[in-house]
Amino acid sequence: MTDAAVRSTAAACPAPPTSPWHGRVARVTALRDETAEIRTYVLAHRDAGPPLRFEPGQFHMLLLPGIGEAAISISSDPEDSTAIEHTVHALGNVTLALARLDVGGEVVLRGPFGRGWPLADLRGRDVVIAAGGLGLASLRAALLQLARHRADYRRVVLLHGGRSPEVLLYGRDYDAWRAAGIEVITIVDRAAPGWTGRTGFVPALLADLPLDPARTSLLCCGPEPMMKAVVETAVSRGVAPADILLSVERNMACAAGFCGLCQFGPAFVCKDGPVFRYPAIAPFLAVPHL
Amino acid sequence: MPGHSIGAHAWLPVGDLQHLIDAVAAAGHRVVGPQIVDGAVVLRDLVAASQLPAGWLDEQDGGSYRLRQDPEAGVFDHVVGPHSLKNFLFPPRETIERWRREGGSWQEAAVPEDPRPLAVIGVRACDLAALAVQDRVFIRADFVDTAYQARRERLFLVAVNCRRAVATCFCHSMGCGPAVTTGFDLALTEQDGRFAVEVGTTAGAEVLDRIAGQTPLAICSAAEIAAVREQPRRLERQMHERTATQDSPRPRSLDTHDIRGLLFGNLEHPRWQEVAERCLSCTNCTLVCPTCFCHSVEEIADLTGDHVDRDRRWASCFTLDHGRMHGGNARPATADRYRQWLTHKLAGWIDQFGTSGCTGCGRCITWCPVGIDITEEVAAIRAADRRPPPIAAEPA
Repeated sequence: MTDAAVRSTAAACPAPPTSPWHGRVARVTALRDETAEIRTYVLAHRDAGPPLRFEPGQFHMLLLPGIGEAAISISSDPEDSTAIEHTVHALGNVTLALARLDVGGEVVLRGPFGRGWPLADLRGRDVVIAAGGLGLASLRAALLQLARHRADYRRVVLLHGGRSPEVLLYGRDYDAWRAAGIEVITIVDRAAPGWTGRTGFVPALLADLPLDPARTSLLCCGPEPMMKAVVETAVSRGVAPADILLSVERNMACAAGFCGLCQFGPAFVCKDGPVFRYPAIAPFLAVPHL
Repeated sequence: MPGHSIGAHAWLPVGDLQHLIDAVAAAGHRVVGPQIVDGAVVLRDLVAASQLPAGWLDEQDGGSYRLRQDPEAGVFDHVVGPHSLKNFLFPPRETIERWRREGGSWQEAAVPEDPRPLAVIGVRACDLAALAVQDRVFIRADFVDTAYQARRERLFLVAVNCRRAVATCFCHSMGCGPAVTTGFDLALTEQDGRFAVEVGTTAGAEVLDRIAGQTPLAICSAAEIAAVREQPRRLERQMHERTATQDSPRPRSLDTHDIRGLLFGNLEHPRWQEVAERCLSCTNCTLVCPTCFCHSVEEIADLTGDHVDRDRRWASCFTLDHGRMHGGNARPATADRYRQWLTHKLAGWIDQFGTSGCTGCGRCITWCPVGIDITEEVAAIRAADRRPPPIAAEPA
């Protein structure tokens, strides 16, 4: 608290980076309906500039000037910066306005922001991905990377659950992922005619999955109650808490640690997360309404 | 004539304060200083020394702020009012981005900067400490907020050593005052009808040189400098001693020992519900706090929708909107929100910025309409610490 507030403190900062408020315009190049309310927007930067570099699990702030902004995971392949994909559930003010965009429409991108899935640290390990609903959008870039560099990892399993068969995400990718050697197992809360898979919740899939817990890392994204249940199951199966990674969602306005809206205990979800190692947030995840 | 150097002290008679204001303005600054408006000392544009609240004292307590005249009072013997440097460095509302749509295409447009650099007269040690905290948030963390940075780099500060403390002051507990030690261009200490003016920076020296060009200034002797330095130290000792007395209103202090562990270890303490039954969730504490930095962004579009300003506005963790998520609200109850404010201020801030978010200025106590007292809430939790006895930590 005695830190000097001398005039030179500001000047002593490293050369000011581009303001995190600065956005870059992108155009919709294609639209893909995933479910009745969820659509993938394929975007390309409108103006020349450096190619997008991002880590799986990072996000953009998607701005529609005059409407507002939303934090959305980047769901495309990090090694292909020409097609930037965002999968969005049309629910609120911004996302409903986004749903009215056609091919050629403009959206402003800020970012990428946040810490993503540490795939480089997982080489040589079994990787189990547990995704509830739209949570899979945060993990698709990781799956595309795992498929592309499949030999770097041991076993790779995707456990994906949704309310009903028609809301399971990215069904068109499953064949390619399976062909790359990724086990894809799905489960739905409520079955529908023609559904031959399991009924129930993602933690039930994890409970029954043959595991080599000491060699397993778990990547999880979904509603918080689902993530808590997945963690509980994983720990009971012997997976080390430090090998469990969670992507947390919070409201945010800046994504750069200024606006304070995304605080979760002592963490800023925007820059310390959204992906956290479970032990770092366990004491705070356990407290309701923190 | 050789100019003044950093560390120099010169005497300025109280009657010559106008020379200081004029010299700061002549250096190109917009000058702001304390003035009485609607019964409170606030920061406003300052032209004349006669606008300063000379002869006025404030009395502050939980939910209470009163001004009274005192013939013995100096120019700056009031302490802090509801405004702080935050109101100017991180203004309540500002345009941070501007977008224009032409032919269906968006272009980012420049937002004009403030034309004149700002100078603030009468800044206390607690508010210099608060500025250092906001610097950590806006320009010394992972990202730089360029609007804040532009104002901060050109800021000129005339600090004041407090000669008195009110009951809500607890800067001594937070290590933030009352002595002004760093972070100023010029620092004033009032003594016997004159100010000892200490030079903190070359910009401050230039202003003092400018004053010396208007009126002769006596240089302080070594013994006088020692006496000037002793004055706020004596007040600091008094603040430590007064906490043990039965004074009324009750003088505040805060025990900060292991405060992070105490608060994060008591996240489910019944005191949060107890305080929530008194808290109106009105946001006053966050508005007057000189370090609270939460904000939201509002889209301001004209009728065509082609001209859009994105305005940053102060937000507060006491509003429902702060915790809004698509699946519900992170902090639906007042107890959740009070806990967020207090644990962030005194604990989370340490993780985030390596410092407490509290400087002991006491504004949140004074301006709380029901007199909720941050020092009392922490003391209540400390008195009924519900942490289990220490156990071996889980390997991270």
